[in-house]
Amino acid sequence: MPVAIIADTVVARRGTAPDGDRSRRARVAIVALVALLVATALFSLASGASDASAWAVVRGWLFASSSADPLSMRDSIIIYDIRLPRLILGVIVGAALAVSGTVLQGLFRNPLADPGLVGVSAGAGLGAIVVIVLGATLLGPVSGFLGIYTLPLAAFCGGLASTLLLYGVATRRGQTSIATMLLAGIALGAMAGALSGILVYMADDRQLRDLTFWGLGSLAGATWTKIAAAGPIIVIALLATPFLARGLNALALGEAAASHLGIPIQRLKYVAIISVAAAVGASVAVSGGIGFVGIVVPHLLRLLIGPDNRYLLPASALLGACMLLLADAVSRTIVAPAELPIGIVTAIVGAPFFLWILLRRRGVLDL
Amino acid sequence: MIEARDITVSIGRHQIISGVDFDVQPGELVAIVGPNGSGKTTFLKALSGELAYTGRITMNGSDLSAMKPWQAASHRAVLPQSTALSFPFTVREIVKLGLTGGRSGALPGETERLPERALARVDLEGFAGRFYQELSGGEQQRVQLARVLCQVWEPVLDRVPRFLFLDEPVSSLDIKHQLIIMNIAREFATRGGGVVAILHDLNLTAMFADRIFVMHGGRLAASGSPEQVLRDELMSEVFECDLKVGALPAKGAPFVLPQSAGLG
Repeated sequence: MPVAIIADTVVARRGTAPDGDRSRRARVAIVALVALLVATALFSLASGASDASAWAVVRGWLFASSSADPLSMRDSIIIYDIRLPRLILGVIVGAALAVSGTVLQGLFRNPLADPGLVGVSAGAGLGAIVVIVLGATLLGPVSGFLGIYTLPLAAFCGGLASTLLLYGVATRRGQTSIATMLLAGIALGAMAGALSGILVYMADDRQLRDLTFWGLGSLAGATWTKIAAAGPIIVIALLATPFLARGLNALALGEAAASHLGIPIQRLKYVAIISVAAAVGASVAVSGGIGFVGIVVPHLLRLLIGPDNRYLLPASALLGACMLLLADAVSRTIVAPAELPIGIVTAIVGAPFFLWILLRRRGVLDL
Repeated sequence: MIEARDITVSIGRHQIISGVDFDVQPGELVAIVGPNGSGKTTFLKALSGELAYTGRITMNGSDLSAMKPWQAASHRAVLPQSTALSFPFTVREIVKLGLTGGRSGALPGETERLPERALARVDLEGFAGRFYQELSGGEQQRVQLARVLCQVWEPVLDRVPRFLFLDEPVSSLDIKHQLIIMNIAREFATRGGGVVAILHDLNLTAMFADRIFVMHGGRLAASGSPEQVLRDELMSEVFECDLKVGALPAKGAPFVLPQSAGLG
């Protein structure tokens, strides 16, 4: 571990101010990421299987004319009802996954924590599958009462249960063993997978199709209803995280030292765990299991702007959104007119990246 | 002042500290000495609210167990024996964490430069831009001290004295830096704060401590001024070797005491 941290510092030193203050650089990076997100969003709006031109729609929207033109009517439906919800879903899910990774890593004091790798997403997935399969029958009254929020709330409960279990198993007196955490994550993932398998066995044909598509992770089913269901939960969870920033920074010194600095550790942990479970749960509910965003984004950003969570958290949200939009653009175009589930795209990029981090931690790859 | 009465700490079924009475007054540097495993660090952890204890600890009149973390943090800062970091922070970023609670006591205009001033104090001027993990053990220890100093920069804030808890602050330092750090602690006390330091070097202890608490087997073996405590029979019994206070080594054998620094 020290070898890896030194390797990280070697990369991070390039361009670091000699006074050790990276906050100016972090602010510049955040402004640049905002610009990148705007550019990515416009690109995402303009690209797709149809030749609908986002620019034409924006122009029509700005000058409030030519809406009678049938061609631009078709375009405007494609833009407003297909691409725009998909864009917004990509932004909130990408931000949610990346910020969840950053918070989990701060909480576990461990740069390898990722909601997908440590079983949080699997737990959320189990919660979601319970609703998909049993929602109409066994859980009928509950889903009737909660409406569109049933699925994200069930996923939140599943995510919360697995995060709490993981924390209980992997952490002793504020110390987390990386190995225990990853292994506990495998066990939790396997358990959630097995329970999900039993439910899948009970599912009918229509549910099965839903499950398969959803399981690989995709933004394809984006609708305004899904955004209404998951959006508020994710936004609330993300808005809670800036209040964790100082506490997570202090936690890098260890639990006792953070407490001596005046951080209410127990409350910090509860808020962190609930925010992560809510953000991951709502994301999984609407887009399935999209992996590796939560590990790639914070890792790159730490090399760029350092580990200060006051900047790392907002920067993670921005870069997470950008990366998911780009991955979605790839998934929509690479096998057009068909579509690749986005989870496959993020895994193809993210899994080797994860291995690369592991290799560096072994001191095999030198930087 | 800090007052602890009848403190007992158990971890599992094992009683580590039994019935210890302790106090530290503003303006005073108190040393805790004792052999390895005598419960010094455990006692300091109880005093800093890190471990559950029975008995009663009051800090400036308030019951420690009823204090919120941020309240305790404005009364005292704690330097741990060692700190393992989970992410690559620069030295400045670490020292700045000392300002987390916002009660350093420095004037608003000074706060921004406080990390640099604290680093200069521990003889690490120019280290702000370095990465913590690249430093030697002794340098890391001084960075942590700079962070702790930032937390209670003014030893007295709003007429309330503040305290430094130092767990083996000089254990990995060369003699020059041992003296620098002990002088910082001394000055903190002179300016109206209080210092509790776990020390292993009995000569440094004799040189800097106003009072010494001697721990042995989880109990308080003795307490008092260096003259009262550093006696042959007590030291021999507690440290389980035949010690003679003030005896010179056999003829011709060289010895260097910290007390000799700055003399003649």
